[in-house]
Amino acid sequence: MSDLLDLKLVFVTGKGGTGKTTVASALALFASSRGKRVLICEVDAKGDVAGFYEASPTSFHEKEILPGLFAMTMDTEASLREYLKLQLRIPVVGRIGPLAKAFDFVATAAPGVREILTVGKLCYEVRERNYDLVVVDAPASGHIVGQLAAPQAINNLVKVGLIRSQTDWMLEILSDPRTTGLVAVCTPEEMPVNETIELAGRIRAETTVQLSAVVVNRVLPELFGRQEEQVFDALSAEGPTERLDELVQADAGPVLDAARLAVTMRRTRSTHLVRLRQGIDESVPMLYLPYLFTRSHGLRTTRQVAASLGEELGY
Amino acid sequence: MAERAPRAERSPRAERGRAGRSSRSPAGSGSMDGLLATKEIAIACGPGGVGKTTTAAAAAVMAAVRHGSKVLVLTIDPAKRLANALGLDGLGNTEHRVPDEAFRAAGIKPRGQLWAAMLDTKESWDALIRRHAPDRQTREEILANPLYQNISGRFVQSHDYIAMERLYEIHSDSDYDLIVVDTPPTRNALDFLDAPQRMGDFFSSRLLRWLIVPYRSRLVNVATKPFYTIADRILGTEFLGDISEFFILFQSMYDGFVERSESVGRLLSDRRTTFMVVSTLEAVPLREAEFFAEQLNARSLHLGAIVLNKVLPTYLRGSEGTEVAEALKDRSDELAATLSPTLAAVDPTLGDADQIARVLNEVADSYLNFQVVALREMEEQAMLSVVPDVLATVPFFDTDLYDLAGLYRLGEQIWD
Repeated sequence: MSDLLDLKLVFVTGKGGTGKTTVASALALFASSRGKRVLICEVDAKGDVAGFYEASPTSFHEKEILPGLFAMTMDTEASLREYLKLQLRIPVVGRIGPLAKAFDFVATAAPGVREILTVGKLCYEVRERNYDLVVVDAPASGHIVGQLAAPQAINNLVKVGLIRSQTDWMLEILSDPRTTGLVAVCTPEEMPVNETIELAGRIRAETTVQLSAVVVNRVLPELFGRQEEQVFDALSAEGPTERLDELVQADAGPVLDAARLAVTMRRTRSTHLVRLRQGIDESVPMLYLPYLFTRSHGLRTTRQVAASLGEELGY
Repeated sequence: MAERAPRAERSPRAERGRAGRSSRSPAGSGSMDGLLATKEIAIACGPGGVGKTTTAAAAAVMAAVRHGSKVLVLTIDPAKRLANALGLDGLGNTEHRVPDEAFRAAGIKPRGQLWAAMLDTKESWDALIRRHAPDRQTREEILANPLYQNISGRFVQSHDYIAMERLYEIHSDSDYDLIVVDTPPTRNALDFLDAPQRMGDFFSSRLLRWLIVPYRSRLVNVATKPFYTIADRILGTEFLGDISEFFILFQSMYDGFVERSESVGRLLSDRRTTFMVVSTLEAVPLREAEFFAEQLNARSLHLGAIVLNKVLPTYLRGSEGTEVAEALKDRSDELAATLSPTLAAVDPTLGDADQIARVLNEVADSYLNFQVVALREMEEQAMLSVVPDVLATVPFFDTDLYDLAGLYRLGEQIWD
């Protein structure tokens, strides 16, 4: 199941709050630890990625934050500037003021321009083979389809012109399942599962990108084996609990309540997991990452997630 | 659930008196009850995945049940079962009343009325066009224009504006005492706040006027020529032509749009409007929520409440539990041996001491694990730098709450 690391461009999306950035950061870290030259690009520009590596803030100009691991933040205006300079050799690049204004306007008026500049920059890095793998901390699942469908939409709307001529090679990169893939991050809860199933359908219907994997994040451990749970149930009954209170000379109630909560949470979540597996095409692998009982986020946590991800990928 | 009837009746006047006090009370000690009794619009906002939709629905249910008022909850993308609970299944933009029978079935007796509506972006845009279009032909041409269909249907930025626009429309055209609004998931939580301004700027922009200049006269105008040269090269003349056509059609509606977006902006900063920032106590969403709260203050918008969802139970924070858990681990064999006859008396197959010891260890480990998370949450909460009138925490519910009884259960947690 190592296919994910053989791709050149991986978009990581998911409903807000499911750990999309964590997974993207961990995937990039794991790939770089396998000796790949990796670029992680944050599209939402919230500046979270730097935090997951405990690095200083990232910008449009990629920088190496760990050996073999480069990070950047998407900036569509900078992307346009770079594009004009590299691709079109348009001489007006120096006059950034009016250009920025015109860009802002055109981007608002012409749907897809902002998206195409983002996707374009990413595809460009792939085409130029600057990296073995580009990992994208992509927009949340509500926005990703618009982004991935942008080259096609532009193709339909714009018949000629330089943008049009650029979309063909982008589409080629995006449509090749050996080059590009989408990873959907999900937690075993009602809404994230619904949204992931819906996303899988829309990706199939509206884009040419393939869904390469679903990462199920924050899976709770199974606390008890079957008979152990019976023991726990018996222990939680009034008599045995009182006995336990006497033995430890304190109120054992909260500790037993916490275990009860863990069992119930795990049970509620597993029904959502079943629903998720049924709602997603069988050919799409699911990778399970454990719930982390950690004190804080940071590089240590990212390494932990990367290790789990590596295991799930069969390394 | 029958015992969950509303508390003793209070007159609306008494409600307002309470609220008046609560707004002068120390930060964080006010109540949602008081806040919602004095406001006409409450906007639930914050990062994605923290329970905004559910919180908005729960607040609306509470206001309808406890206050004798007519309440509307305007949701964006409710879970199927929530939509069901609110009777929204299969309904689009139309507001409709949650029947009293539904409340009765949940063991609740509402004093007021609860209405619900779902935002349908495309339909709302179309309605907006119908309102502003000067004549039938312009209207039909815009509705059929491919660019319009793209903007209204596909591109999410347009959701931000239309949600606020729809709120404005409902607020000015109807007689709800309170409208609780869920906000769309945005890339940036601030997008929808800026949306009216952006929409206004967009339609009054000088660049827009350049775009709709007839094509031939463009290239002779020295001021606009560079813009067209770039735009033509990037977008192609034909596409630019499509854009122009679209905006020429729109031209007749500019004034209406600009005026309207200004009104929408004013409504957000009106003193009858309040914002409820929803978050969990996880670091990343909480930081985003905090930033959002700061921005509300910076824009002089009313930050009425912060609602913290899915907070782990407080018993996980105590040190007594830690001691018990450690004792269970340290003395697991001894305790198991002692408990063995007790459990064997319940069921002979449960008396195996090794098995009991394993269970005790697992129970203890689980407590200590969750305690790490609970303490992290407590720390995050203590670090919260923005304190609104109302600071409410909602405990973690072990099941999903998507029916009226569940919403009411959740609502009770944030109410007093």
